[in-house]
Parts: sequence; structure tokens; C-alpha cells
Amino acid sequence: MSAALALAAPRRVRAIPGFGLAFGITLAWLSVIVLVPLAALAIRPWELGPLGVWDSLTEPRVLASLRLSFGAALLAAAIDLPLGLLLAWAIVRLRFPGRALLDAAIDLPFALPTAVAGIALTAILAPNGWLGAPLAAAFGWKVAFTPWGVVAALVFVGLPFVTRTVEPVLRDLGAEAEEAAATLGATRPQVLARVVLPALLPALLSGFGLAFARAVGEYGSVIFIAGNMPMVSEIAPLLIVVRLEQFDYAGAAAIGLAMLLLSFPVLLALNLWQRALRRGRA
Amino acid sequence: MTLAVSGLVRRFGDTTALDGVSLALGEGEFVAVLGPSGSGKSTLLRALAGLEGADAGEIRIAGRDMAGIPARERQIGVVFQNYALFRHMTVFENVAFGLRVRPRAARPARAELARQVRELLALVQIPELERRYPDQISGGQRQRVALARALAISPRLLLLDEPFGALDALVRREVRRWLRGLHDRLGLTTLLVTHDQEEAMELADRVAVMERGRLVQFDAPPALLAAPASPFVAGFIGHATRLEGKVQDGVLRFGTLPLPALRVALPDGRATAYLRPREVVALPGAGGAMVQLVRATAEGELRLVVQASGLALDAVLGEAAPGWPARGAPCRLHVVAAQVFAADGTRALGQPSAPAPVACRAGTEGV
Amino acid sequence: MTPRPAIDPPRWLHLALGGLALLVGLLLLGLPLAAVFTEALRRGWEVASAAIAEPDTLAAIRLTLLVAAIAVPLNTIGGLAAAWCIAKHEFPGRRLLTALIELPFSVSPVIAGLVFVLIFGMQGWLGPSLREHGIQVVFALPGLVLATLFVTFPFVARTVLPLMQEQGRAEEEAAATLGATGWQSFRRVTLPNVKWALLSGVLLCNARAMGEFGAVSVVSGHIRGQTNTMPLHVEILYNEYQFAAAFAVAALLALLGLVTLAAKAVLQRLTGRATGPAP
Repeated sequence: MSAALALAAPRRVRAIPGFGLAFGITLAWLSVIVLVPLAALAIRPWELGPLGVWDSLTEPRVLASLRLSFGAALLAAAIDLPLGLLLAWAIVRLRFPGRALLDAAIDLPFALPTAVAGIALTAILAPNGWLGAPLAAAFGWKVAFTPWGVVAALVFVGLPFVTRTVEPVLRDLGAEAEEAAATLGATRPQVLARVVLPALLPALLSGFGLAFARAVGEYGSVIFIAGNMPMVSEIAPLLIVVRLEQFDYAGAAAIGLAMLLLSFPVLLALNLWQRALRRGRA
Repeated sequence: MTLAVSGLVRRFGDTTALDGVSLALGEGEFVAVLGPSGSGKSTLLRALAGLEGADAGEIRIAGRDMAGIPARERQIGVVFQNYALFRHMTVFENVAFGLRVRPRAARPARAELARQVRELLALVQIPELERRYPDQISGGQRQRVALARALAISPRLLLLDEPFGALDALVRREVRRWLRGLHDRLGLTTLLVTHDQEEAMELADRVAVMERGRLVQFDAPPALLAAPASPFVAGFIGHATRLEGKVQDGVLRFGTLPLPALRVALPDGRATAYLRPREVVALPGAGGAMVQLVRATAEGELRLVVQASGLALDAVLGEAAPGWPARGAPCRLHVVAAQVFAADGTRALGQPSAPAPVACRAGTEGV
Repeated sequence: MTPRPAIDPPRWLHLALGGLALLVGLLLLGLPLAAVFTEALRRGWEVASAAIAEPDTLAAIRLTLLVAAIAVPLNTIGGLAAAWCIAKHEFPGRRLLTALIELPFSVSPVIAGLVFVLIFGMQGWLGPSLREHGIQVVFALPGLVLATLFVTFPFVARTVLPLMQEQGRAEEEAAATLGATGWQSFRRVTLPNVKWALLSGVLLCNARAMGEFGAVSVVSGHIRGQTNTMPLHVEILYNEYQFAAAFAVAALLALLGLVTLAAKAVLQRLTGRATGPAP
């Protein structure tokens, strides 16, 4: 009989006791705080019916805000790539006084509350700000209260994601691979193009993805500097707030769902690309 | 405590780690489970300890079925492969752990606990280390801590998972003897898992040889050498060289190899012979073979590697002669004995058809 | 100075890139911080401290502390339980669970607030019936806590999980063979081994909880003195052109961020490894 039982249900043994309780806590925690609320986001828009959702999303103001949020996020993440790489390289390879300070400062956008970052960036880039004034005087550039202000804020919040994902890889890479390539007769640009950048590419992609994901949804640091002009510098999250204030719950949820669904393919593509690179190497 | 395992099966996806393993340990016995990596020996140990489930089969300790009894209630002492000492606890706390986590009623009082821990540390001969942390002591000392920690729960059975793997060769030998002494003194029942045959043969009363999830032979060390149950055992134990040959009319010949034919009680057909280094004797003089290398073993004997028709073969020195052995010197080979398996797995002992030269006695001693 | 490897870039390039990195660091990271404190003290120390001593500001500080005091412990418990399950046990769906825990990081804070309005708001699923029983979630403390829980959800699990995985299961298995229960093994073996990483995760979680803006902004209702947290108070002051007061409160929040960064740096020194991966 015991053999028959064993066939029916292989005896599972938990080497370390206490799984049931911990797993129960985990599932309850995850469900209450994340899964059920997100389910509400997935369900509520359809109160409008498919056509209603379509209409609500194709309003010119909504389309403009989505275009701005995604465009600015992609642009900002792209700008973060060279900047983040430069900073990572500096803290890994350079020895200079204040390196530890720079290292700590890189996390500043993580640690600084977004509203604080928002008003600080606005103060700096406003037409009379520390940077805004010279930029306006010298080139006639206006940054704050334009879409460029949005990009500037998103570059700030996304920067550490690139630096912190690239940094460990750069550290592991060490100088050996570069030196080995050099002993094989490679020139400096060849070493960079064929050894260093390919090794860093997966980390750069993942940093780009993280910076992008953060930037698309960013709110606090953007709304102060954006000027929030409908059709021009109004980001999608702000439009959600606007619709909520009009008690248009379904319309707000529609924009939220659209944002998630639109960023999903970007993140998935980055993920697949990364995987392909890893597999190619293995 | 006695241990009885019967028909134990454990699968991980497509691979079968344990394929119907049965074995029984008597009270006070020291058994080694020997096998190459991936043979399932560690899975067996983990199943015994209750760290791994079984898909079928039964484990009984002192007659009691262990099914459904979690590791923490089995009272089995385990010395893990890398000791798994608690890195944030002192040596004292490590050893005391098993006593401290007992249910309140069974927990010894402070003074009694300290006394027991110190007694254990004295037993494993490291009383002076009680305030150190695991990363402040040597590998050998860590092993002793792990052992003391396992003994603290008064285990009914002691399981050792490759306990000497992390030690350097010199310490290993000494610790092995000491461990066996401790086993005898405490009257423990011990099961040791190892891939090192020397370790298994020296320490254990009986050795269980595992191959791909199956227990292929369970015997005392001399029996494993004298009567290997399968070609795998014959090849695995004693560093034997595997040679293909053909049996005709009770005589095994090795084709063009310059090895003498052997008398063997097997039917005609293909056969595989396993020759241990001690059973191949090299004698000076032309005989189709050549000395490739002369080396000294750790035991202080000379061993030869001879080259015969492209095959490198371990051999012992038959006799001393001027200028012999030397690299490149010609030699002839004599085979004292060999384990021979017919194609169907029947085993027979191959013996020389011609009487051995006098000088060959050296090779037959102490096999 | 360490000898330069033979293939280092030419010295001038080295210096130029180093200078550029410092410039980027200074402009992008240093300048905003400097701006906050300069603006806060532009009209003098008295104005700044008076802005902070204002009753509405004090109420905002109290509320922020209260929200963090509820949300951080809850997420610490949940994060520890999740990390412990994933790192120390085998079960189907482990990778899915890991991915789900990270999910809130890729969701906009505004959406984090929105989802709770969808459920508990005036036209939410549960809002009206809870209101009948006198329970208000949105525009009240529970909503602020829920939104904060959502956005700070992954911090503890994410900081503790890699270390737990790196340490493996051997010590917990040893504890099990020695008779420890699950709780004993967690408290005596797992927890002490990850305590610094845990502290680091709690600090990051706390910093985000106190500084969160978007999510709480959606559920707060911005009732002065009642549902206004510090970051929201900054916004109100700013929009009322009380710049000195807004920057004074912002400076307090910036200090919180700086203290968190310093503590994280100290913890990293202490353990000799990076404890906090990027959130």
C-alpha cells in the first residue's frame, strides 16, 4: 500500500522547516498590496466598453501625453547610457580625491525625494536659474517649462540605474581582458569596440531598461519643471491625476493600463536581446 | 542504532539519482558509501538525514519508519561537506546550538549546557577554540567543530558527507585514524560518503559502491578487491587498467599486446580484464615493452609506467638489476592475476598459465 | 599611485575623461542638492526655521513619520518572508514570484496611487460600502499607507535576497538536522547572517516611504494638516509661491536622503560588500 501511495504522490520533504507560514505571509502580502490592486487596473477601464477605451485613449491630449512620456523616457535613458558609463568607469578605474564622494553621490537620485529633485531642478533650469540663465543668454535655450525640462528631469532620475548596473560588470572585467587584447596587437579603439563594449552590452541594456521603466512613470520630479501645458509638456501620469480629479476612474485606469502595456514590449525586447547575448556568449 | 534502507528511489526530473537502493547497517558499524560524483551517494545521505524526499522505498532507523519524519526530529548527526558551520556564531555557540533549540522542557540549564559543550570540545581536542569564529580557525579544526556540533544532539546515527575533502593530504590521513578511533570509542553507527577509495577502504568495516544511482556492491574492503561484483567495481577499485581480450579454450589472450596469456574459467568469446598495478610485474630484458617512467609512491615503493604497443600500463618492479629500471629500458611483463569479465558479466579470476618467475613474489604481497 | 597598465588611454584622454566625469557628477548630482539648501536659506535661517515650525508643516512631518512607521515594518516582514521562501526553499513558481516582487518598481507611482483609488475611492469597488461603515481609505491615513506599501514593496526583499541566495541553504539544513524549528533556524541562523543587508534595505525602504510623492499625491486629497505628507506639503508651499518655506521643508527631506546615503555607505564599509542594489 505504501508503494501505491508513493506512486500517487511522491513524498515531498522540506529540508528546512517553516515554509508554509512564510509562503502564506508572502502570498498574502503580495496579493493585498500588488496583485489585487493591479487587477483593478486591468479590469476597470472596460467599464467604458472596448470602443469607449479606444476613444478615451485616442483623445489628442492623451496621445500627446503618451508620446511625450515614452519619447522623453527613451531619449533620457539613451542620454543616461554614455553618462552612466562614464561615471561607472570613473569610479571603477580612476583614483582621485573625492572618488568615494562621487560614488556615494551617484545614488543621490535614488535617495532624494522626487518632489525635492523636482523643485531643485526647476530652480536650476528656470530662466533665472544657475544653469537656465546662462543657457538662455548664450544659446537662447529654454529648458524649464518645455519638453526639454521633462527630459532633463528624467535623465537625472535614471542616471544611477545605468551606472549601478554597469559598475559591477566593469569591475569584474578588470584590466586583464583589455591587456590580453592589447598583447594580441589590438589598437585602443579595437579593444574598446571588440572587447569592452560587447562585455558591457548586456549590463548597458539592462540599465537602459531600468532607467526607461523608471522614467516612463516618473511624476514628482517632472511636474514642477514640465510646465504641464496640454498637448506640449503634459506627461501621461499627470493626465491620470487630471482624470481622477474629474472622477473619470475608468478613463484614468485606461491611461494607466495603456502605459503598462506600452512599456511591456520595450522591456520584453530588451530582456530578449540580453538573453540572446548571454546565450551567444555561453 | 541499526539502519535499514530498502528500495529507495529518488528522481529529479529525468535523472534518477537513487534507483532502488537497499542496504542495512548493523549497530556500531562504520560503512562508507563510495562512488564517483553523480552516482547518487550524496542524495542517499540527504535522504537519510531527511533533507531530501524519496519517490519510493523505505528508511528505517532502529526499526522505525522514517517516512514523514522531518530532519529536525530524526536525531541524526550530519557533518556536511563544507561543514556548514554557523559563521556568525563562536565555536562554543555552534556546538551548543543543538542543545539550545530543544523544546524548553528538554533544554539543559545554562551550567549543564556549558559543561556538555566543553566536554564535546575536549572530546574533539579543541577546548581552546571555544571563543573563536569559524573563519578564524583552520580547516581541520572546523571539521572537529562540525563533528562536535553533530555529536551534541546524541545522534542515533552519524552521517559524514565527504568530511575530508577540504583538508590537505597530510592532515587527512591523521584525522581519518582519529575519527575511526572516536567511532569505536563512542560506539556510534556511522555512514561516510566519499569518492576517495583509499579513504573508504581504510576507514570502513564495509564499503557500499554506488554507480549511477544503484548500489552495485556492499562488502568488506578485501572482498571488494578479491571478488568485484561488476566490471565497474573492478575498474573503480584499485586503479585497474581495462584491457580487451579474447578467450579461447579457457585461455585469455590480449591480441598483439606483449602480455602473457591467462588461464581463465570462462566460455569462449570476448572478455574484459582489469589489471591492477600490483598485479603487473615488469622484468628486465627484451619482451616487447619499454619503461616509460619510474616513479616512487607515497608508500615508498617504486612503480613503473611501461609502454606496450602504444598502451601505457602501471606495473611493479620485478627484480633489481644493474641499470634497471631506467627510462627507455626494454622489459617483459608478467601478470600475476586479473579480474576477467565475460561479455555476459560473469566474472572469473585470470591466472598465469606459466609459473611465475621467482622475482614476481614481490608483486603478489599485500594485495 | 598605482602603476598604469600599458594600455591605459593616453594621459591627456585619461585626465579629460576623469574631468568630464567629475563635471557630470557635479552638475547633475551636486547642483540640485546645492540648489535646495541655497534656496532654503536665501531669506535667512529664521525664515527657514519658522517655515518648519509652522503647525501645518509639523503636522506633515508627524504624518510622514507615522506612515513610514506603519509601512516600513510591514514591508520588512513581507520582504523577509518572501526572500526566505525564494532563497531557502524549492517550489514551483520561484522565478515568477521573484519577478512579481520586482513589479512595483516598473509601475508608475501615480498608477500605484490610482489602483487604490479604483478600489477604495468614491466610485471604487469597495469605497461606498466601506464609507457606510464609517471607514475611509482614500483621502485618509489607510490610503497613504497602502500607496506607500506599494511603492516601497520590493526594497527589503531585493536587498536581502541576493545575499541569502549567495549564502545557500547549508547552514539552515545543518540547523534542521540539529533539531531547530523553522522559526529557530530563521531567527538564529538566517537573520543574523543578513542583518546588515537587512538594515540597508530597511533604510532604503524608509527613505522612499518618507519621500514618496506621486503615489501618495493621488490618494491624499491634500487636506492641510490632515493628509498632507512632507513631500506633498512641499508641493503646496511651492505652488503658493512660498519658495523659501517650500525649500526649507525640501531641505529636511534632502537631509533624510543624505543620511540614508551615508548610512548605506557605512554599512557597505562594514560588510565589505555592496549591500544595496539599485532600487
